[in-house]
Amino acid sequence: MTSSLKLTLGPLLYLWSTARWRDFYFQIADEAPVDVVVVGETVCSKRLHFMESEFAAVVERLEAAGKEVRLSTLALVTLDREASYQRSLVDDDTRLVEANDLSALQMLKGRSHAIGPFVNVYNGAAAKVLARNGAREICLPPELPAASVAEITKSCPGIGFELFAFGRIPLAISARCAHARSKGRTKDNCQFVCQEDPDGLLVNTLSGQPFLALNGVQTVSHSCQALLDEPGETLSLGIRSLRLSPQNCDMSAVARVYRDLLDSSIGSEQAAFRLRDIHPDLPLSNGFHHGRAGAEWIARLRNAEGLAR
Amino acid sequence: MELICPAGTPSSFREAVEAGADAVYCGFRDETNARNFPGLNFELSELREAIGYARARNVKTFVALNTFMTAGKEDLWYRRAHEATDAGAHALIVADFGLMAHVAERLPQQRLHISVQASASNPDALSYLVENFNAQRVVLPRTLTISDIARISRRVGCELEVFVFGGLCVMAEGRCSLSSYATGKSPNMNGVCSPASHVRYRQAGSDMMSELGSFTINRFSANEPTGYPTLCKGRFEIAESKTYAFEDPVSLDVMDQLDELRAAGVKALKVEGRQRGKAYISEVVSTLRATLNAAAPERAALMSRLKALSEGQQTTHGAYEKRWR
Repeated sequence: MTSSLKLTLGPLLYLWSTARWRDFYFQIADEAPVDVVVVGETVCSKRLHFMESEFAAVVERLEAAGKEVRLSTLALVTLDREASYQRSLVDDDTRLVEANDLSALQMLKGRSHAIGPFVNVYNGAAAKVLARNGAREICLPPELPAASVAEITKSCPGIGFELFAFGRIPLAISARCAHARSKGRTKDNCQFVCQEDPDGLLVNTLSGQPFLALNGVQTVSHSCQALLDEPGETLSLGIRSLRLSPQNCDMSAVARVYRDLLDSSIGSEQAAFRLRDIHPDLPLSNGFHHGRAGAEWIARLRNAEGLAR
Repeated sequence: MELICPAGTPSSFREAVEAGADAVYCGFRDETNARNFPGLNFELSELREAIGYARARNVKTFVALNTFMTAGKEDLWYRRAHEATDAGAHALIVADFGLMAHVAERLPQQRLHISVQASASNPDALSYLVENFNAQRVVLPRTLTISDIARISRRVGCELEVFVFGGLCVMAEGRCSLSSYATGKSPNMNGVCSPASHVRYRQAGSDMMSELGSFTINRFSANEPTGYPTLCKGRFEIAESKTYAFEDPVSLDVMDQLDELRAAGVKALKVEGRQRGKAYISEVVSTLRATLNAAAPERAALMSRLKALSEGQQTTHGAYEKRWR
């Protein structure tokens, strides 16, 4: 059975070399069973030139493969040149732009657009405000519990809602670059040291426990959020698509896991097993979805289900 | 420039008024505000009384409703907005779009201030808030330099308020889930960051470990003072080096930049610290008031009175200075 749920590949949050960035998206175009691909720098405006030369080729290849391409915007905008960059994206009126900051909401007013996971949508009232401005797709914030998700989707039936279903969780963004600082630099003379860590730079606790990862000015979780509900459960939450956030692994294989899960050809447990095989370095987490600490992994209660049957 | 001071209790509120605040900000005793700590904040009757006390002394009261409304429980936030308005609050400090829209539509006479938690960090963002919700003032995030602030001020039609003294968020406010990643409780959803309910101190040999949820946030040797495990002020290990990865345990102080802030077009100076006791509030507010009234050459000596309050603690200009980045 093929469910109506879509898969969206979120924007690559990390800095990869130009060639690697291009090849990654070419492979996605050729192999990954995703419906929508969000492309463009989201974390740090200093990185923009890395993808500039290949941007058009990547978009063309993805669209030729039948993917809907959306354009990502910056999550933190403080400089005039960042605002100008956002405006240049918005001028492209052939593709849906994804807003990640209030400035993009202002620029996109009255036009159909999408909302990324960096805009705070914690309730239906906020979603309705965004819908009035032109939002028609909203990727909800990763920390939102399923109970809130259900309430929001119920109160806004006209909006397509998406969940952050795979990837290290974006947890914070700062004016300060902790990544550069950790390598003895500052944001202004960073020399793009974040490129050395394609999955982020691991932050351990002083007890040696992996905890977070630095991605330039962004802090992400060490664990990889993996929402692996059965398709019926996801549909009953009012969700229309799942977002897969690129990590340094075979993302086409990740997309196939989720496609199989949504088509009910595998179950949650097998999906988790396959994801751990694809990226063995990242423990899975889903605590936020269950209203718990985000780092936690809540295993499915098979026995309880069995008893219920 | 106005001096905007915090109050976590009715007695701190009176201290702030007496010590020279132009406005005092406070919140209700529930999850509608971002300092939802046990033993803190105001019942409605206490708020009414405080607003009356301040009004009689020509001091304004701002009510913080600056968390994000829980889906399905929005009525609590709406009710608080109406109660604060009826009680005579001069402004509501709001972070959530849904609540902003409600205030703009249902309470159009009520002044709306945009909380730092809304993360409006550029002229387009501020214009969005002014045009959509008739925001009269925006509290700017601690991600901007003073020249960024001047640039914003020239291009927007609302007042600007900035933090000048007290705790310092290293991350863009309202966009941080570090606390909930470790504990399940976040500033946005629950009005708490690194909550005491999830803090544990543990002796490890002669060292003291501080933990938040199941994560170690710092480890202190016997000769170091043990600090509270605020997540972004913790010490971590990156590539085998043990370091304060995000920020040292410092607090913000830009009172030596008053002339620059005034020239940048800043309308109001905000002091962090609703969780602080009344002795702290009294000392800080009276010192900041004296400094604000003083001529530039006298300010440093006045501010040095506060060194004793932050014994052993360094202060920083934070993002106001470009090299902090």
